[in-house]
Amino acid sequence: MEVTATWYLVLSAVLFSLGTFGLLTRRNPLVMFMCVELMLNAVNLSFVAFSNALGDLAGQTAVFFVLVVAAAEVVVGLSIVVALLRRRPDATVDEFVEMRG
Amino acid sequence: MVDVIVFVVAAVIVLGGGLGVISLRNPVHAALSLIASFFGVAVLFILQEAHLLALVQVVVYAGAVVVLFLFVIMLLGVDQSEDVSTEPIVGQRPLAAAGAGLILLLVLGGLFLSGPGGDDGSVALTGQPAAVTPIDDSQNIEQLGRDLFTSNILAFEATALLLTIATVGAVVLVRNQGGEDLVVDDPGSSVR
Repeated sequence: MEVTATWYLVLSAVLFSLGTFGLLTRRNPLVMFMCVELMLNAVNLSFVAFSNALGDLAGQTAVFFVLVVAAAEVVVGLSIVVALLRRRPDATVDEFVEMRG
Repeated sequence: MVDVIVFVVAAVIVLGGGLGVISLRNPVHAALSLIASFFGVAVLFILQEAHLLALVQVVVYAGAVVVLFLFVIMLLGVDQSEDVSTEPIVGQRPLAAAGAGLILLLVLGGLFLSGPGGDDGSVALTGQPAAVTPIDDSQNIEQLGRDLFTSNILAFEATALLLTIATVGAVVLVRNQGGEDLVVDDPGSSVR
């Protein structure tokens, strides 16, 4: 038995769905962020699986850029969360109605 | 055979960590599960010969990103447990499960129902010819560096700009305007 790209892709799909479910159900903004990170990691995993299966380095380069964008996203997102939670420390996302347009 | 064992162990860690993130009530525990999940993904990267990415995964994700999460949790004192037993919106969880399941079915359907590759060397799933930048025998880090600094140099420079903007944005966003009082986390208040 050998580990093929399909195994990685199935694992990646399951991990992505887990992240989606968590993002849709959790109400703590920090945990929702963690779920986004899970989804990004699932995509990274499938990028590397394709890179390995096709013998193409471009997939790994893409993962590199995803990493950088994810880091920037976390920095900006967490500072928004800090700015919001500083005023109401125990608020959930349902209570941030002042962000309504 | 060793490959299969390593894959199964790492996959269990990844999925267990993921389940922990979406189900644990305390955000600190969720962040620790996230570290487990990231480590599992790093192991899977090593299994696929992407050594540099595995290293970066551990340093950037399991190191910097999760530490940032934990730092914010501790700083703001939002580490009290969230009540996950009740649904705030009626039918939210079944709908979310249906949506996530639909995504899973779509991806798996695309994966298993796509035909074989074409005769002209194109690959199943994408239909594109394989290997735009073929992986050669040199070091992984050397190839990735060469690819980044030659064919992707513009994206690389844009990344530098993005990081600068993110840094400035974070400073502007969390600046304490008007000297409002910070909510001080009462030590031990989370131990309830």
